[in-house]
Amino acid sequence: MPEVKLIKRFIETENGHRLREFESAGGYGSLRKIIGEGWDAQQVIDILKASNLRGLGGAGFPTGLKWSFVPKDIEGPKYLVVNADESEPGTFKDRHIISGAPHLLIEGAVIAAFCIEAEDIYIYIRGEYYEPARIMEQAIEEAAEAGYIGEDFLGSGHTVRVHLHRGAGAYICGEETALLSSLEGGKGWPKLKPPFPAIKGLFGKPTIVNNVETLSQVPIILDKGAEYFASLGIERNGGTRLFGVSGHVKRTGIYELPLGTPMKELIYEHCGGIRNDRKLKAVIPGGSSCPVLTAEQAASINMDFDSLAGIGSMLGSGGLIVMDETTDLVQILWRICRFYAFESCGQCTPCREGTGWMTRIMERIAKGEGTVQDIDDLKEVAEQIMGNTVCPLGDAAALPVVSFLSKFRADFEAQVGPRRVHAGAVVTQAEAEEN
Amino acid sequence: MSVRMSDEDEKKITELIGHYPQKRAAIGDVLYMAQQNFGHLGPEVELYVAGLLDLPVTYVHQVVSFYNMYLQNPVGRNLIMLCDNVSCTLCGASGLVEHLAKKLGIGPGETTKDDKFTLWTVECLGACELAPCVMIGEKLYGRMTPEKLDEALDAVEQTDDA
Ligand SMILES: Cc1cc2nc3c(=O)[nH]c(=O)nc-3n(C[C@H](O)[C@H](O)[C@H](O)COP(=O)(O)O)c2cc1C
Ligand code: SF4
Ligand code: FES
Repeated sequence: MPEVKLIKRFIETENGHRLREFESAGGYGSLRKIIGEGWDAQQVIDILKASNLRGLGGAGFPTGLKWSFVPKDIEGPKYLVVNADESEPGTFKDRHIISGAPHLLIEGAVIAAFCIEAEDIYIYIRGEYYEPARIMEQAIEEAAEAGYIGEDFLGSGHTVRVHLHRGAGAYICGEETALLSSLEGGKGWPKLKPPFPAIKGLFGKPTIVNNVETLSQVPIILDKGAEYFASLGIERNGGTRLFGVSGHVKRTGIYELPLGTPMKELIYEHCGGIRNDRKLKAVIPGGSSCPVLTAEQAASINMDFDSLAGIGSMLGSGGLIVMDETTDLVQILWRICRFYAFESCGQCTPCREGTGWMTRIMERIAKGEGTVQDIDDLKEVAEQIMGNTVCPLGDAAALPVVSFLSKFRADFEAQVGPRRVHAGAVVTQAEAEEN
Repeated sequence: MSVRMSDEDEKKITELIGHYPQKRAAIGDVLYMAQQNFGHLGPEVELYVAGLLDLPVTYVHQVVSFYNMYLQNPVGRNLIMLCDNVSCTLCGASGLVEHLAKKLGIGPGETTKDDKFTLWTVECLGACELAPCVMIGEKLYGRMTPEKLDEALDAVEQTDDA
């Protein structure tokens, strides 16, 4: 099946990051429509609910439902926060939207702000995105000049201000409560939920946090209709999403496909198959936190939230990392463990200590100094982290460990105990160049 | 080093604070500005930022030390951030580290003697489709090979020497 380019159409528009080109491609049409025709928030929310749009930041929570949690009858400010922190290893789709279609994001964010009665939108963008931030800044200026944002935007009688806030290099700030702590000017420490941000969020006020891609789908749904969007996907998993594929495929990149598309089709048709026509070994389906899949699982699974949850994994951020038969999974898991240990905020003991512990055990195994006992200890530490922490980073660190060990135990056993083999580099430079 | 920004920069800070209902929420941007001015965020700079935002200096220090991009210590004039997370490792990041060790004589966390380059290995840069990735200063380079890395470093050296 060919790609369905709802968002990608804008990204691929030449100079689509500029206002005029975006408008020529039909941009800001949905915002004009709801303001011009005097819609109320409930109409928009009903359409989103019917569209089956689910949050594309990782958790897959239904977007229309989330917006409906914001209390309507209270005084004081409310906030819309755009999560553009994108730091989950294997994930890069939001960067393409911000750089290629920043106005689509602004349009969706303004519609969201209108629905929840927020006058301030904060876009929290990861610090390393220097160039995307400059593009976003320019788009905000263009939108203000054209009257799509600001006081009485489009003659709506409403006000909306858009602020760009740069993060400073901390993966945990992608987690929504940590993001809010950071935006308030503190360390990025997650908070216990409830209260949920929709009730008590930024500066203690009702706040919706949505991912870049989620918000970018909103104007498209309002333009094309809920039925169309829902019909693209499958039951409870509406529309398309930008799958980002990296690793050992011939053509890495973003591919916009309906939810429910077979993974096989993405890897072998859109991405052209595995580099050097090798055999597939494993796939991480949605950013490094998601339990790994074997080649057999990858061959038969469909890419939607429920199918992946059904086999004990997750669709996550939609960032697939594809690994061929030459991959040393021990090295890869060690690298993943190091990542979570480095990024743990240190607030809860199981996560802070457990991630460090897992990393040290993995290092031993990867250096050929491990024992079979280490493999069992590793699994036990991971299991003790799960479910015992303030935020889901603890689980995110533990799930890869448990899944690698249960699905590829032989790879680990081959490098411990009497059958120790030193691992070496995952891919030699010569091989990388050959690709 | 006299720890004070220009009047113009201080005015910019007032404008930044205006984006938030609380002064302290502007700390991130103010730290970036301070870093631009002073190179890194040492104790005097933390004290200065604390004064600007009416915050205890220990608070400022906690924020500075929490985030990777705020520099507590000086780095070379050009910071090389080499991603060695999963996708970049799968596509040859370790070869790039080896290449830099040969070429510049530095490993991760080290700075060249002439202070021109500091190398960091970093977590995913959000550009995995271009793996292996390197950032030099504010510029992202993808699909790196030792040859392309040489070219990028040469280009940086030319502007650095100018
Ligand atoms: C450790 C961790 C990191 C996360 N990083 C991101 C991120 O970089 N971008 C993002 O949109 N969501 C991220 N999330 C999910 C957010 O907490 C939140 O669910 C999301 O922004 C909600 O938006 P959505 O409903 O539009 O998906 C992360 C969650 C966790 C636990
Ligand atoms: S689980 Fe880890 S990252 Fe999350 S709050 Fe606890 S220590 Fe911090
Ligand atoms: S893993 Fe290197 S950029 Fe994502």
